[in-house]
Amino acid sequence: MITLSEIAHNIHVKLSGAITNETLLSITEMAIVGIILLGSLVMLSFFLGYMERKVAAFMQIRLGPNRVGPKGSLQIVADTVKLLFKEGLTPNASDKFLFNTAPYIMVITTMLVIAPIAYSSGFQIWDTSIGVLYVSSVSSVSVIGILMAGWSSNNKYSLLGAMRCGAQIVSYELSIGLSLIAIVVLTGSLRMSDIVMSQADGWWIFKGHIPVLIAFVIFIIASTAEINRAPFDLAEAESELTAGFHTEYSGMKFAMFLLAEYINLFIVCAMGATLFLGGWMPLHFGADNAFNHAMDYIPGFVWFFGKTFFLIFVIMWFRWTFPRLRIDQLLNLEWKYLLPISMINILLVTIIAIFGWHF
Amino acid sequence: MGLGSYISTVFSSVKSLLSGMKLTGYYFTHHKEIVTQQYPENKREGALILPERFRGEVTMPHDENNEHRCTGCQSCELSCPNGSIKIITKQEVQPDGKKKKAIDTWVYHLDMCTFCNLCIEACPTQAIVMGQEFEHSVFDKKKLKKILNKPDSKLKAGVE
Repeated sequence: MITLSEIAHNIHVKLSGAITNETLLSITEMAIVGIILLGSLVMLSFFLGYMERKVAAFMQIRLGPNRVGPKGSLQIVADTVKLLFKEGLTPNASDKFLFNTAPYIMVITTMLVIAPIAYSSGFQIWDTSIGVLYVSSVSSVSVIGILMAGWSSNNKYSLLGAMRCGAQIVSYELSIGLSLIAIVVLTGSLRMSDIVMSQADGWWIFKGHIPVLIAFVIFIIASTAEINRAPFDLAEAESELTAGFHTEYSGMKFAMFLLAEYINLFIVCAMGATLFLGGWMPLHFGADNAFNHAMDYIPGFVWFFGKTFFLIFVIMWFRWTFPRLRIDQLLNLEWKYLLPISMINILLVTIIAIFGWHF
Repeated sequence: MGLGSYISTVFSSVKSLLSGMKLTGYYFTHHKEIVTQQYPENKREGALILPERFRGEVTMPHDENNEHRCTGCQSCELSCPNGSIKIITKQEVQPDGKKKKAIDTWVYHLDMCTFCNLCIEACPTQAIVMGQEFEHSVFDKKKLKKILNKPDSKLKAGVE
């Protein structure tokens, strides 16, 4: 069976035959990877937009988009074409430089974060030794984009939304970090491929007893807050702040915020899938046995995307079920519940790791 | 807050969130619950189902003798929040020589109506009901001013 890493290797061999200059070769490969990444991320956000609208519709006993294309699947394409033709308005009283830079910062941040994610065995853009740290630190740069958008719009709703978003991300970063540390403690490595390989005899959510399960639940809650999705969408809160930090944006600049939101959703779920559900690793129990061999026939990227989309579905399920929290309830939840629980939890995980009680 | 109530808060909130997710999960997997109707198609196929309490327009039912139940008390006109009902009354001479108030024209401005149902609730004789017709689009706004009582209609005997 041809794997993704073999395809990538073949392309590399062919290219190095054609281009002898070492620097030029790596630049060409980077450009190819970048173009593929951009294209696939846009397609991904199209799909996620369609999925979100369909999931929302079925959960609210509606039909959802069903006119454009088969079962409404081209609705998002139609919406994008509409946004392309809209005027990208910059308000007169805004800080024009910051206003026009903010959407690009959002998209660039999400593109950076996607680098160390492992899609399949040996198929990864950048297998850095600080993968988890890199993701959790770079993803918090997106708050700067949001604050820039809110501040430069010169609009009270935008500013309120951006400030709420800042408070929210700064608080939830703590518990998201602590729940990631739980897995890092068990694995002993920050490298994504090491984390995936450590789950070859069972995913951490099964191996790590209840503390890892708690860490997983905290990770899901905190990451929902981190990407500003309902029930933590105070930054947007359309009933009170019209649209929060992107109130003044229109056309493609607005579409960029939307793109960044969906890619963030994908990244967060991919991280959850990699750390807790084994990434591209098939469902294994124990070492060498028939069940494991049967599971190995399903390719790695199918496992990875299956797990990721399962988590995305769960987060969408949250969005269309739970009511939005008030700002004080939001901060209470973090500082009074999630943070103490995850601190005790990290202690338990450390004890398990030291005594080797995990399977 | 004691430790016991802290822990019980965590568990009870998780339980309530899960019960909400159970309901939306049920709706997600059971598509027969969907209430949306696909309008132009279902009209063509004759599958348009309107609920009994659907509010299309205010109508005044007349029986086979061209008699209605409206006494001209104007309760509906008073109850209408945006003045879309105008009742013009006249004095009718009864066979015994007494004069009695009766409606001349019952004017209904459909273009102003918000379908709040207050006139129907206010009517003491059930003379008006909400109809099921909802395709009201016209090219001329004047066509939305309707006179509900039919020409030469009379008050039904015995309705006070």
